[in-house]
Amino acid sequence: MKQIDTPQSEAQAIEAVASALAERTPLRITGGGTRAGLGRPVAAARGLSAAKLSGITLYEPAEMVIGAKAGTPLAEIEATLAEKGQRLPFEPMDHRAILGSTGTPTIGAVAAGNISGPRRVMAGAARDALIGVRYVNGRAEAIKNGGRVMKNVTGLDLVKFQAGAYGTLGFLTEVTFRVVPRAEQEAVLVIEGLDDARAIAAMSTALTSPYEMTGTAHLPADVAGGAARTLFRLEGFADSVSYRTRALRHMLAGFGKAETLASDVGSKAFADLRDAKPLAAEGGAIWRLSVKPSLAAQTVAQIRAQRAARVFYDWGGGLIWLATGIESEAGAGVIRAAAKAAKGYATLQRAPEEVRVTVPPFEPEAPALAALTKRIKTAADPAGIFNPGLMFAGV
Amino acid sequence: MSAIAFPTPDSEILARRDALIAGLAALVPADALITSEDERRAFETDAFTAYRRMPLAVVLPRTTEEVAKVLAYCHHAKVPVIPRGAGTSLAGGAIPQEDAVVIGLSRLNRVLDIDFPNRIAHVQAGVTNLSITNAVSAEGYFFAPDPSSQLACTIGGNIGMNSGGAHCLKYGVTTNNILGVTLVLVDGTVVEIGGDAMDAPGYDYLGLVCGSEGQLGIITEAKVRILRAAEGARPVLFGFETSEQAGSAVAAIIGAGIIPVAMEFMDKPAIEICEAFAHAGYPLDVDALLIIEVEGSDEEMDAALARIVAIAKQHGVKTVKESKSAIETAAIWKGRKSAFGATGRVADYICMDGTIPTGQLPFVLRRIDEIVKGYGLRVANVFHAGDGNLHPLVLYNVNDPEEARKAEDAGNDILKLCVEVGGCLTGEHGVGIEKRDLMNHQFNREDLHEQMRIRASFDARWILNPAKVFPLDGRLAGEAA
Repeated sequence: MKQIDTPQSEAQAIEAVASALAERTPLRITGGGTRAGLGRPVAAARGLSAAKLSGITLYEPAEMVIGAKAGTPLAEIEATLAEKGQRLPFEPMDHRAILGSTGTPTIGAVAAGNISGPRRVMAGAARDALIGVRYVNGRAEAIKNGGRVMKNVTGLDLVKFQAGAYGTLGFLTEVTFRVVPRAEQEAVLVIEGLDDARAIAAMSTALTSPYEMTGTAHLPADVAGGAARTLFRLEGFADSVSYRTRALRHMLAGFGKAETLASDVGSKAFADLRDAKPLAAEGGAIWRLSVKPSLAAQTVAQIRAQRAARVFYDWGGGLIWLATGIESEAGAGVIRAAAKAAKGYATLQRAPEEVRVTVPPFEPEAPALAALTKRIKTAADPAGIFNPGLMFAGV
Repeated sequence: MSAIAFPTPDSEILARRDALIAGLAALVPADALITSEDERRAFETDAFTAYRRMPLAVVLPRTTEEVAKVLAYCHHAKVPVIPRGAGTSLAGGAIPQEDAVVIGLSRLNRVLDIDFPNRIAHVQAGVTNLSITNAVSAEGYFFAPDPSSQLACTIGGNIGMNSGGAHCLKYGVTTNNILGVTLVLVDGTVVEIGGDAMDAPGYDYLGLVCGSEGQLGIITEAKVRILRAAEGARPVLFGFETSEQAGSAVAAIIGAGIIPVAMEFMDKPAIEICEAFAHAGYPLDVDALLIIEVEGSDEEMDAALARIVAIAKQHGVKTVKESKSAIETAAIWKGRKSAFGATGRVADYICMDGTIPTGQLPFVLRRIDEIVKGYGLRVANVFHAGDGNLHPLVLYNVNDPEEARKAEDAGNDILKLCVEVGGCLTGEHGVGIEKRDLMNHQFNREDLHEQMRIRASFDARWILNPAKVFPLDGRLAGEAA
């Protein structure tokens, strides 16, 4: 890349986009660069980085809201929230472990990629907590949508539309999130030795209990390194966690004895799951399958009947992390067919660039939606300068 | 200000009425097409009753295929279409126009499937909000969004307006509780968005459709998240001598890391009106009342309430009254959820729906009082205190045109105030026609153009619910128009 613009203000961002627009030069949009390996390779002569758009612009703990410029390091956001006993509800994943990237994850990329973690199963995704955005559109205009209040139905919700658009619909300059109190206590229970199907049933039992699971995951024996481990996390005030731990253990008795992990062990287990670390050391490709939870075990069995794969389950089975070789298009045909049979989707999270050229990392859309996506891309970015082709060819 | 404008009916469409009705009659069974003036009258307005327009015809389809056929036909014929659920919109979201066909979804009223292990209910769009909870409550589950109109309003309308309710402080609004929809696009194409799995990759069409007020397509089915209910729930009444004290107690509760399921505020006029209606035992000797609900096991609720009561005492709470029975709990919520209806017994009113940053509460309440008094009117305030979603009820006499105009002006001033302090025009009712002409106060030209271009990507000719959301002047059509 010959040139990378690093605007320090919205006005400078508008200038950078205007100049690219005038030249019809595609822009590769980046933040901290830790997630640059996601999506299709982008052919862009210029880069536009949010790295120097940094700083918290709004933090009102009593209103449970934080706003920051897009390039603000996620760590700075989390530290600022922690000082007031708060946190982001959705536990964003750090992609550095599986992508082998360096650099600093930014809050803008968390929004642009709709990046969530294990707590998503209870607290919603990044898109659910994102309540306001400012961005520069493909006409080099500053656009705002949403705001700083959590209940807002004024006009079209372009906030959610930016979440997960990976910068293809605009260059985010500022994002505002709803936050929640940090739990006073956390307890992680583990049941050992369940096979995948039993583990899914146990996780469903926990998720359909009144005890508010803030995470439940299953590591099969080969990935757990020893006996299979099914994890259940409860959070809240100490007295409440203690009550629910007892109640949950009783409820799950039919699946085996649920032991409580030491608090640092439990926290680390979920931090590792969040970042897909149990599979990070594997070579080859890593897929993320979002499926109907009750079909997760049979989805994996169906894939394994056709190719070697190592997996673990998050979100009670709703999310399957899967590592496999890169041969035969990283198994795209087999994996996508299985995900579809499980009413879900498969996203290629890690693969060498040459694989991501031929295998669409994002699940291809149905024709009517794909046509709509092209029309929307043209509406928001008429010259097609923002991350062209990153999500879908021609978008 | 003058009355809210509607587009001039297209005389060319009106002239084709007989042919259009014949065309529609060929698509749906006879009992699904309403053409007589008497029967159409039931569809000329919604809960924003100050405005009404008689539609050209009304179609009440029973299947997604019928919706698709009717929509494709109207699209081809360039006839506006007004989607309608139960017609409970307070913003005029379902008010038709003379040259439009109403597509009413009330007959799409079946619960298709309930999947407890995966916590999903698959329902048709005309199913009422409360009937989803009723269908799963025997098993201990519920559907979280609970707008006050939940007995009547439909899930299709909830998605169209991204409805909230009293309990969204903890559980979020409609958009946070929907997994998928079946959407009929304007040309009759049926698309499935989302479904049984979380977080479909690609653009977040589900998020875009929620709150799009029937302008992007017609929702015929939805997959919604059902949740297992807590072991118990208990509302507690906290009476304060001033709104400032109540507001600071709310901030301190959140600051202490407690998110109750609900924190509802009423001022003195609202307390009196609701108590007279519901006999809920609301204290009448206070200026501000908070209804705070906690949930969990008995011991969890006791512990949470002890924390909240301690905080409330630090902020000068005058009375604390705990619900002691299911009957008392029901009465407490009946009073709050009937606030609009109960107010209707003492006066006509318009209900505003702005949201403000909660830190601005004391200032905004004072200003609302000044604004309304300035017009010589009265106001009762009920709102969702945890999230700053206000519902000032401006009282007036509907038979006095001068008062009606003043009430509308006062309401508009209040909404502008909400925007000025960093909030928004509507928290959960939607823009509809009611707030359409105020959109320029919240958004500049570029912001609105961006939204309109996305909208036009779905409906280039603007035939879907066209008089709503965006000011009538300066609209942007799509390229294929």
